[in-house]
Amino acid sequence: MAELKAGPASGPRHSRPLSPHLQIYRPMLTMVMSIVHRITGTALYFGTLLLAWWLISAASGPNAYANVEWFMGTLVGRVVLFGYTWALLHHMLGGIRHLIWDTLHGLEPSERELLTVATLVGSISLTLVVWVVGYLAMGGPR
Amino acid sequence: MIGQNPNEMRTAARRVRGLGAARAGTKDFWHQRVTSVAGIPLTIALIVIVIALLGRSHAAAVQILGSPIVAIIMLLFILNSAYHMWIGMQEIILDYVHDDKFKFLSLMMNTFFVIAVGLASAFAILKLSFGV
Repeated sequence: MAELKAGPASGPRHSRPLSPHLQIYRPMLTMVMSIVHRITGTALYFGTLLLAWWLISAASGPNAYANVEWFMGTLVGRVVLFGYTWALLHHMLGGIRHLIWDTLHGLEPSERELLTVATLVGSISLTLVVWVVGYLAMGGPR
Repeated sequence: MIGQNPNEMRTAARRVRGLGAARAGTKDFWHQRVTSVAGIPLTIALIVIVIALLGRSHAAAVQILGSPIVAIIMLLFILNSAYHMWIGMQEIILDYVHDDKFKFLSLMMNTFFVIAVGLASAFAILKLSFGV
């Protein structure tokens, strides 16, 4: 596009028109969710350290396992775990949305808005369901 | 590979055009889809396994995590996720890191991190399974 307006690539670089930057656009839900997909992916990337820590502790012995259980029981641990659950489910649902789009379905304006809202509502509801089931499985909050 | 065949008629530019910033064409794009499809049932299985382990003693947790079906599912989740997140982080680095030195350093750190976390987790599961 830039070449079309600027002609032959002979002039100085700064004379070429720039493509619009991100802040020019009005934030839209689909755009925000696209960014959130990357953010949750990055969070899960580092969140695998928690999974590794948990598994290594289980393999190490009761004392190491008790340390992880203690941390997950603290307020910080609970918040991190809740965030991990939501990030995991949101990234999964967002991924399903992208897989649907990959088949060229659901790309009409109303459809893509619906899919995007469904991703957000679905991830929040599913996270709550998982935590309720989790607490029930444990026999109530400890 | 490039420039090795003396009968190669294509120019150097033709050979590399379209291969993208990671020099691997659409392979990563496709593998990201394959691992995302595999990740759906594996993620659901992981959540079920973690819920089943909540509030249990260490001995009970070890027994469940080390049982063949659970261990195999956990291994699949970890290996699949490791590859998926390696591609994903590479894509993020290629999008936002433009300085060549820092880019290749970040790509290298990504590989180191993924292999270390993946291997550590896989080793823990195998140790739980074999009970050594």
